[in-house]
Amino acid sequence: MRSLFRMLGRALGFAAIVVAGAAQAQGPIEVPFYFPIAVGGPVPKIIDGYATAFEKENPGIQLKPIYTGSYQESIAKALTAVKSGDPPVTSILLSTDMYTLIDEGAIVPFDDLVKTADDHAWLKSFYPAFMENSQTGGKTWGIPFQRSTVVLYYNKEAFKEAGLDPNRPPATWAEMTANAEKLTRRDASGKVTQWGVQIPSSGFPYWLFQGLAIENGANLMNAAGTEVYYDKPEVVGALQYWVDLVNKYKVHPPGIVEWGTTPKDFFERKVAMMWTTTGNLTNVRANAKFDFGVAMLPAMKQRGSPTGGGNFYIFKKSTPAQREAAFKFIKWVTQPERAAQWGIDTGYVAVRADAWDTPEMKKYVAGFPAAAVARDQLPYAKAELSTHDNQRVTKVLNDALQAALTGSKTPAQALKDAQREADRLLRSYK
Amino acid sequence: MTASSIRTGNGGLRVLETAAAWLLGILWVLPLLYAFWAAFHPAEYSTSFSLTAPWTLANFVKAWHAAPFARYFVNTVALVTMVLAAQLVLVTLAAYAFARFEFPGRNVAFALVLMQLMVMPDVLIVENYRTMAALGIKDTILSIGLPYMASAFGIFLLRQTFKTVPRELDEAARVEGCSPLMTLWKVYVPLARPTYLAYALVSVSYHWNNFLWPLIITNSVESRPVTVGLQVFSSTDQGIDWSIISAATLLSTGPLLLAFLLFQRQFVQSFMRAGIR
Amino acid sequence: MTRTREWVHAWLLLLPAMSLLVLFTHYPTVANLWHSLHSTPRANHPSVWVGLDNYRNLIEDPIFWQALTNNLWYAVGTIPLSIALALLMAIWVNDRIPGRGILRLAYFTPTILPMIAVANIWLFFYTPEYGLLEQVLAWFGSAGHNWLGTRSTALPALMVVAIWKEAGFFMIFYLAALQSMSPQLAEAAAIEGASRAYFFRRVTFPLLMPTTLFVLVNAVINAFRMVDHIVVMTRGGPDNATELLLYYIYEIGFRFWDSSYAAALTMVLLAILGIFALLQFSFLERRTHYQ
Repeated sequence: MRSLFRMLGRALGFAAIVVAGAAQAQGPIEVPFYFPIAVGGPVPKIIDGYATAFEKENPGIQLKPIYTGSYQESIAKALTAVKSGDPPVTSILLSTDMYTLIDEGAIVPFDDLVKTADDHAWLKSFYPAFMENSQTGGKTWGIPFQRSTVVLYYNKEAFKEAGLDPNRPPATWAEMTANAEKLTRRDASGKVTQWGVQIPSSGFPYWLFQGLAIENGANLMNAAGTEVYYDKPEVVGALQYWVDLVNKYKVHPPGIVEWGTTPKDFFERKVAMMWTTTGNLTNVRANAKFDFGVAMLPAMKQRGSPTGGGNFYIFKKSTPAQREAAFKFIKWVTQPERAAQWGIDTGYVAVRADAWDTPEMKKYVAGFPAAAVARDQLPYAKAELSTHDNQRVTKVLNDALQAALTGSKTPAQALKDAQREADRLLRSYK
Repeated sequence: MTASSIRTGNGGLRVLETAAAWLLGILWVLPLLYAFWAAFHPAEYSTSFSLTAPWTLANFVKAWHAAPFARYFVNTVALVTMVLAAQLVLVTLAAYAFARFEFPGRNVAFALVLMQLMVMPDVLIVENYRTMAALGIKDTILSIGLPYMASAFGIFLLRQTFKTVPRELDEAARVEGCSPLMTLWKVYVPLARPTYLAYALVSVSYHWNNFLWPLIITNSVESRPVTVGLQVFSSTDQGIDWSIISAATLLSTGPLLLAFLLFQRQFVQSFMRAGIR
Repeated sequence: MTRTREWVHAWLLLLPAMSLLVLFTHYPTVANLWHSLHSTPRANHPSVWVGLDNYRNLIEDPIFWQALTNNLWYAVGTIPLSIALALLMAIWVNDRIPGRGILRLAYFTPTILPMIAVANIWLFFYTPEYGLLEQVLAWFGSAGHNWLGTRSTALPALMVVAIWKEAGFFMIFYLAALQSMSPQLAEAAAIEGASRAYFFRRVTFPLLMPTTLFVLVNAVINAFRMVDHIVVMTRGGPDNATELLLYYIYEIGFRFWDSSYAAALTMVLLAILGIFALLQFSFLERRTHYQ
């Protein structure tokens, strides 16, 4: 009985191979392509437009864009697909997923595909800050596509009302604290009607916190992704400052501040300055009913911000022809004109310097100078927190930050505990 | 004429009770009322309530363009219909076996069925994904519905109902020469109508709103249900736009709401008729 | 002879449902147990037998214990309240209350609205400063809460959403049961001058016992299953204050990619549900066998 099943299985398997082989030999090269959506706007339409245009120029290739939900769901979907043996050929996923994808053996480096001098020049054209999260161990695993950083948005009208110069956003922590104190308004009963500054702390507080830590002189991890520095004095100092904004200066709302409602808080004038992603630019521009400004994050010892957003990856379980086709598409879609247009349409930071020199981008920036703030901040930007066993190591920090912000632990204690736990998690990767 | 006849003469309490019922009703419908408010007003009124707020349909237009909702609707309707039809058949047969048959292994089999009450398909996503891939039906409407078709919930519910059917009716039908299936069809199914209705309602609203499994198992516009389309609006970098989420919520649940509104009376009458018998 | 035929008939009736259940419930459960005794396969480390290692790690994992405690509180807080409210609602809308049709619809709305969307609306209700709850509380001069962003109120706030979602759903079952109850009972009781409370305690409630059992089973399951709103509203925060078991399984399985550890956690969840099920059936099934 069993051998009968086995024979049947083999026969079926053989048939499947024959059919698949025949299909592959004749038809165009199919390139399934996962993409997430993290910003508003007609993203699927834009992506479908890219696919159609690319196929027209490359008749032998059939690109299959598949919308896969948020970043979180997209990585879930991609890795589930890897495990069941049916991954896409290429996918846009968080740049911080790099170590996870490598450890799962899901992706291949781009180095084998980069052959010609043109290719090498193309690879060098991306901003180094974005490449920090795309390379490790001397290899390039991801290509920057939809990238962002943290910037400070401020309400110019509120600045005027508080007697501050609306064209002079805070450049240092001290200035931000002083401005925030002036911007925090209370009613007769002492209830706050407008907070000075707000740094969201739900979901992924580590990302915004990383800005504080870099400004205070330390990044959170090494380049190999095998060590974290959660309990360094600079990092503890950064968290102490955040907690002080709440408890000592009383200019920042208490408890955990929801990321999702932060832009709305800003529109409702409940907060005069907010830290959030450059990806919010289009949104703020459309919905703020007052004059607003965008500024680089303030400096303590230095300026600084983490980068964020998504990279292109190429999956291992694909034919060489599929990889070549995917690579061709990635090069095509990151050409300066397209990178510029993508940035204008979505609010992401155009990923290469020459994109900012295109006529469309120049025109856009001339009409909307705030768009260039993210670019100007890039020289100070550092890689987003990413290590082996990334999500777990990051969660440890998130929990510690939330513990300190809700007052259940002191910053020093919370980060000490987090360091111990992260060390334990990373032990096996050293 | 139900329990109400008991309390004639207790007017004060009755008024109080009506007020409480209404207060609870308002609380319960509040999210929906808010969705209506936010969906039909511009974004700046989504958090402040004013009688002079202008009305708009722009949120619906934006929501509609954010995803191919028309296609998603077709998919959802196909999914819900298919799942319900399969469930009704499978569940009726199984519940009948458990309610009225003596057979070896009955208790074990019933325990195995009840396992699904606890081991819901929602928990076994990874393993079920593997199975679907092995069967080669990933990314189809069938694959969304398949794990839910044999519903322990339904079997349990119907078994309870079938057990309340007097045995004499069953025996009478048998004596008249009805086969087990004929007895089931002629005696049990008509008597269980309220249960079927309640179950259908629950099943439809569950699968209309189910989210995680469809998201994982589907890849294309051709198979995705409407909830997955709704996901476009949650958890974005830009934060929450309550106006558009509300519009999309109304769009996606509109048919269901309307159906309940229209057929509410029929549901209840049917309950009543079944109840009086 | 006839007995054998009855057996065959019974099993034929069961066959379609049973085969699907085996394929999508029992087989995956066994596979899950098997995986929980192995290490998670990684690129260079294929899965190996590790025995109870995953379970040992579980015992040492403080977040697991927190999720377990949270989940038990969540169950204790949501199950009795949602059942009691469901019963109350059903009695009200079974009655000749003014606006009965509208009330029925109102109570039932949570079941129609998808959690993934409605959780965003609840998020607005709980938002500090200008959220609906704060706007209402401001009239009473008691505003200034950050309901979801404070450790002590985050879980209760989510429990309210769960109760809202559940009560209307359970109401339908009570309503169906009340409708099929004979009106003569009430009339007879009225003639004998029984008080309403007495009638409810001695007649209605006992007759509703099978429904209560059924609703209870589902309430317990839902207390361990509903996580959609956590995904939208708190993601387990602040500092794991709203971490529930299934959400933790999702995090470990689909964010940390530790499928074996997730499998071990799943086994724990299944064991808890199993214990609950046994308790319910041994206590309640006996009392409802009056037919």
